[in-house]
Amino acid sequence: MVNKADLLNTKQMATFVAKGFLRFDELVPPEINTAIMAEIDGGDITAAAAGTPLSQCYPPPSAIGQMLRMPQIEGIIQSLVGPDPLFDHQAVHVRQPNEDSAQGMHGDSIIDTRMHFDIQLMYFPHDVPLEMGGTLVVPGSQYRRINEMDIARYQNFLGQVNMVCKAGTILVLHHGIWHCGRQNKTNQKRYMFKVRLNPRVRQLRLWNTDDLPANVGAHKAIFTRDTNKVEDVQTILGRTEPWFENATGRLEIINRIKMWRFLTGDEQFDVHYWLTRLENMPENRELAA
Amino acid sequence: MSNLRQKVLVLYLANSALDSKVTGWSIYDGTGKEPHTTGDSDTPPYKTGLDALKAGWRVIQFPQLIPPYPNMEYTTSFQMYEFIFEKLEDAA
Repeated sequence: MVNKADLLNTKQMATFVAKGFLRFDELVPPEINTAIMAEIDGGDITAAAAGTPLSQCYPPPSAIGQMLRMPQIEGIIQSLVGPDPLFDHQAVHVRQPNEDSAQGMHGDSIIDTRMHFDIQLMYFPHDVPLEMGGTLVVPGSQYRRINEMDIARYQNFLGQVNMVCKAGTILVLHHGIWHCGRQNKTNQKRYMFKVRLNPRVRQLRLWNTDDLPANVGAHKAIFTRDTNKVEDVQTILGRTEPWFENATGRLEIINRIKMWRFLTGDEQFDVHYWLTRLENMPENRELAA
Repeated sequence: MSNLRQKVLVLYLANSALDSKVTGWSIYDGTGKEPHTTGDSDTPPYKTGLDALKAGWRVIQFPQLIPPYPNMEYTTSFQMYEFIFEKLEDAA
């Protein structure tokens, strides 16, 4: 049973919907990081069959299991994909020392048009300085419909995030996000452990919604200086990324509104009138009794 | 054989205008002098496409403006405004 205090809050959830990832720096304690490095070095991390409930994977004394069963990590997982999701696959990513190049930009698996989403939990067992590479993610790219390495010609984007982090950092990704393993310019191997999880429940209000305001989608005055003054759900979902095209960036806000409606069941929710305007069809309304 | 080799600059712009802001970029260097790869820079080489022209790059492809396919009006996908530039440089 996950403690409510360990679930994500509404602003964290909105940030995930907008950016497609959340990071939790130095969440895993050093003793577990050390134990996991030993498991990696020993080749001791065994994958379960795809589709196995996560509760049946990595039984004790697995250090990976110990990490995944940390209350905070169980809370993150449950908030996004619900209780006891299915294990899809794992990977121990190794970037060799002094590489010639980075991994090409890509989205994992294949094109995936579901509203339901899988998460990929990435765990960094050791410090990752900038010259060691680290995973690169493109914030807000998760709703773009592309197929895996079709985007490999894209080398850099304004606002890309390099995972420079300390040991024990967790990065949780929407399955569609664009990312790559950056070039490792050091003389040491770089490791990252990844596990993909599939929801078994409808992804509806799975986080701690105690702080979800009833008027979360209330219309505001738009295109004014004060529209984004308050850091609320609408402001978070309405903030475009530096790499978005001017016009397509607005469509990304529509994608986020649709995802928020899906996650809350609130079909009236809107950000700054974007969808309400499109849904206004007066010919379908009876104006007088 | 000439020592001239093609250097290719791909700029992703904020809209269809060549003088709009660079939001993404890739470089491929046929001289072999600059080994560019994914995630190798957080700062664009130029602020706009026009700035690349001013620096001596020749634009060789403008993106076509293609209306959205029916029922795909709200679908987002690849970068819309991909401009390709070249320079010829001595590989020696």
